Amino acid sequence: MAPNDSAETTGEATGTVVVRRKAARYIVPVAVAGVAAATIGLVPALADSGDPQLPKITAQELIERIAASDEQQLSGTVKISTDLGIPSFGGLTDSFLPGAGAADSTSSAAPDTKLMELASGTHTLRVAADGPDKQRLSILGEGSEYSLIHNAGEVWAYDSASNEAYHAQSGQAGPKGGKAEERTAPEGVPTTPKALAEEALAAVGDTTSVTVDGTAQVAGRDAYQLLIKPKQSGSTIGSIRVAVDARNGVPLKFTLAPSSGGKAAIDAGFTKVDFSKPDASSFSFTPPKGAKVTEAEELKAGAEKDGAADKAHEDLSALEDFRGLNVIGEGWSAVAEIDIPGGSGLPAGGSGDVPAQAQQFLDALGDKVTGDFGSGTVFKTRLVNALMTDDGKVYIGAVTKDALVKAADTAK
Amino acid sequence: MSQAESVAAAPRVPRRALWTLGILRSELTMTLRRGRTLALLAVLAAVPVLVGIAVRIETGDGSGPGGGGGPAFLAQITNNGLFLVFAALSATLPVFLPMAVGVVAGDSVAGEASGGTLRYLLVAPAGRTRLLVAKYASVLVFCLVATAVVAVSALAVGAALFPVGEVTTISGTRIGFGEGLLRAGLIAVVVAASLTGFAALGLFVSTLTDSGIAAMAATVGVLITVQILDTMPQLEGIHPYLFPHYWLSFTDLLRDPVRWDEIVGNLGLQAVYAAVFGSAAWARFTTRDITV
Repeated sequence: MAPNDSAETTGEATGTVVVRRKAARYIVPVAVAGVAAATIGLVPALADSGDPQLPKITAQELIERIAASDEQQLSGTVKISTDLGIPSFGGLTDSFLPGAGAADSTSSAAPDTKLMELASGTHTLRVAADGPDKQRLSILGEGSEYSLIHNAGEVWAYDSASNEAYHAQSGQAGPKGGKAEERTAPEGVPTTPKALAEEALAAVGDTTSVTVDGTAQVAGRDAYQLLIKPKQSGSTIGSIRVAVDARNGVPLKFTLAPSSGGKAAIDAGFTKVDFSKPDASSFSFTPPKGAKVTEAEELKAGAEKDGAADKAHEDLSALEDFRGLNVIGEGWSAVAEIDIPGGSGLPAGGSGDVPAQAQQFLDALGDKVTGDFGSGTVFKTRLVNALMTDDGKVYIGAVTKDALVKAADTAK
Repeated sequence: MSQAESVAAAPRVPRRALWTLGILRSELTMTLRRGRTLALLAVLAAVPVLVGIAVRIETGDGSGPGGGGGPAFLAQITNNGLFLVFAALSATLPVFLPMAVGVVAGDSVAGEASGGTLRYLLVAPAGRTRLLVAKYASVLVFCLVATAVVAVSALAVGAALFPVGEVTTISGTRIGFGEGLLRAGLIAVVVAASLTGFAALGLFVSTLTDSGIAAMAATVGVLITVQILDTMPQLEGIHPYLFPHYWLSFTDLLRDPVRWDEIVGNLGLQAVYAAVFGSAAWARFTTRDITV
């Protein structure tokens, strides 16, 4: 009989031996659990075998390497985590983009709203590119996928959850797909590490320190870390880190840390990347039978639905025409001063203009501040703060509350 | 168990193997022939029929189902019956399938104990370890059978009520019907494998008590509790270690190219659960006093 069938055969053994043998068997599951826990804990630590040894390089050389980077073909998986300190963008989209709701009811596959969702939470994306004519971007959902495919002038978007497709010619004013799409994406929505790095580098000036800060491994590739920090105080942006592939200069990871510390506000990077030619079939798309296809023209034709983003852009350009738009300071601590058309800002407490509950709600959202400028309310997120004064001015910038108050004081 | 196998003058090792096979065969026939098991399988087979008929009636006037609500893949069923397989598996995996497995696994040892048949099984010179292995193997076979019942029923209903043909993956690319079928088969296997960890847990619970009902209720209770924990955002830190967390990752097989990360993670997690609770069940079963 098998040696491990002791329970049947040890009947005559003394009680203590039996108890000890019984107890000994339970060591097996405990040991298995322990080994599993140790493996889960240790494998990532071991795989992260320290930073790679790479020849020293200056920040200037590294930026040149990025600029010279000429990788036309790549495919990979990107993970984006955003924590801007605002509630989920998905539900707020309607209020941010007036008319977006209408467009949404026409086609859930229209790109504007989908890309907006990237601005909060953690998302996994797949990207693939083969030259300037073929790009693909997919947002992976649970059991569904949203794909944007650009292939030689044709742009398709497909939402598998609702089985709806959206079609546009890239010559149109509509979304352009792929890389082009990334540039026209709604402001503040990071898409690839490359776009993000370019944005950050554009801000370089006397106000900024740019250094090479060691090396790292990103998606299994050796990379240099470019560290960008504001020299001025008062900015809410603590540092921006860009990991750049040591061999071909492609930015692989982008991390934006707020100066208040804590989790990165934006963390976007490849978890897998491959610089060989992607499969040609991944850029071909024919709408599946029965899928509802919305043409970009149809969306345009629908009078009021006329491109929510366009309307928002009009609003923005209207803002720029304001007599009151005024930028205080420069570089990282720039603060925009905006006059609210039509006078007074938030109704002061007890003025009777708003119900008490609504007033409480507004007060709960912001902090009351006072200064030489008078008094107002500060609305805070992790990156952008806004000060709305009681006399109808708004100061907004990626700066701390104190810096906002100071800007408001100087503006007086 | 046939006496012929033990009296056959075969060498020792093959005779042991025959013994194990014999136990497994008798376990399997006992499990699969039981009225309760057949009722469970019938309920599982009915789910795709219900889903298929509901979608068919709703879209009978030619319009597609509105919006993207409900279980995944519902919107695609009208255009390709094969999607009923994926929809049915996503609908049954969170509750129906594991519940059926929980009933069978929870009953496997405790049911024998409460029926008073466990000691007769132990009289046969098979050894407790091999009996337990045979029990677990038959539960695993039940996982596969239950998944296959859902998939085959869904395929039959889907093909009968809806057109079939080229499959559009959720990435928007197209694959042939043959490859679509292949992926459906692979998905069924992955779904069955997703249940192995939970099956081991059920087996362990089953060795703890002499009451079959108590073991089944406890196993299904654990399932529900863990699934509730898996939805609580405050416990995000432990989610990756809960056995149902990656269950729906089988949908990644419908992407193009297939994304393996979570599927592999899921199978690894199931293997850990199977090892931990399997060995715990072994420790308990081989040391406990069987009095009934």
